[in-house]
Amino acid sequence: MKTKQNLLKGFFKENPVLVHVLGMCSALAVTKSVESALGMGLLVLMVLIGSNVVVSLVKKLIPNEVRIPCYIVIIALFVTIVKLLCQVFLFNLYESLGVFLSLIVVNCIVLGRAEAYASKNNVFDSFIDALGMGIGYIIAMLIISISREILGTGGITFGLNLIPLDNPVTLQIFPPQFALSFLVQPPGGFLCLGIILAIISAASTRKRDGDKV
Amino acid sequence: MSQIIVPVLLALVTSAIINNAVLMQFLGICPFLGVSKKMDSSIGMSAAVVFIMIISSAITYPIYKFILEPANIGFMSTLTFILVIATLTQFVELIIKKTSKGLYKSLGIYLPLIATNCIILGVVEENIKASSFGTAMLLTLGTGLGFALIMILFSSIIMHLETSNIPKPFKGVPIALITAGLLALAFSGFGYL
Repeated sequence: MKTKQNLLKGFFKENPVLVHVLGMCSALAVTKSVESALGMGLLVLMVLIGSNVVVSLVKKLIPNEVRIPCYIVIIALFVTIVKLLCQVFLFNLYESLGVFLSLIVVNCIVLGRAEAYASKNNVFDSFIDALGMGIGYIIAMLIISISREILGTGGITFGLNLIPLDNPVTLQIFPPQFALSFLVQPPGGFLCLGIILAIISAASTRKRDGDKV
Repeated sequence: MSQIIVPVLLALVTSAIINNAVLMQFLGICPFLGVSKKMDSSIGMSAAVVFIMIISSAITYPIYKFILEPANIGFMSTLTFILVIATLTQFVELIIKKTSKGLYKSLGIYLPLIATNCIILGVVEENIKASSFGTAMLLTLGTGLGFALIMILFSSIIMHLETSNIPKPFKGVPIALITAGLLALAFSGFGYL
């Protein structure tokens, strides 16, 4: 497969969240605000790249029977590194993500790519694959969080936790009194993601039928 | 007597229903969407989860309090806990396989999945903030019961959805998510009590 195809497949065609429905816990939990969703996406991207590269480097050394525990340890190592970096440099983000930062370890996307791709391919391809999948994850997180935050609060606020500003900037699209505030609460997360997945499924069915005709 | 019972009940109800792990904290969504199509398998899965959760919590809490915290390496918690959980699932699977054929048949296939179930790691990570070993175990039990309750409730709803007429794009995961959303809306009502 060509490098460009390898990179682009994760964006939409094989998007880990929206098409393969992996890593749902974080996709639901941290998408209350665009900023924390973007921060989470960047951290997952870092872990994915690290784990994919290391797994593909050491794939010949790991006995087949114990490969999953080995991958989990490698992933946990990168999660610990990212967690410490986040605690030092982006403390507000660290606070807002809470336990979900540690839970990147059991995020199915990271383990899934290590098992399905990095354990069979060379270092460069694994790196490109991780980059593509990570960006695909960020795209999915942005789609979910933008629709949730705009409908739920009437606008998008920047400057709270990713790049802390003294006065957070709010991009108000409609007045907050018309907002459906339940969308930023847990039940709204399920509903919003359900509707987004249904829209994607409808669009892909229509495209497939269109190809047939 | 009531001085002991009331706080215990309060902790159980809070962690099982009001602050439900699946619906309010989004932990363990993967088995929730993947497994819960049949009543039997969702009961098996939740029994396995509760079992592993209680044992791993009983092991990780002392590890954190007596080893990691005194040594000032609390940041290693994730790495340590996931190792404990992964080893424990493997170990329990072996023991059940050797001792009880019936239990292995009903729980066996769910055990390997548990190592990557975020509800276990999530609970264990939250537990290290608890003040005492007893509180930590109570919260674990409550969370496990809450998970089991939701899995069983949800699987019986999904069984009915299989036979009903759903718009085509909503088939499968989307309708499951929307059902979960409505369930979460109902459960969020407990928070106002």
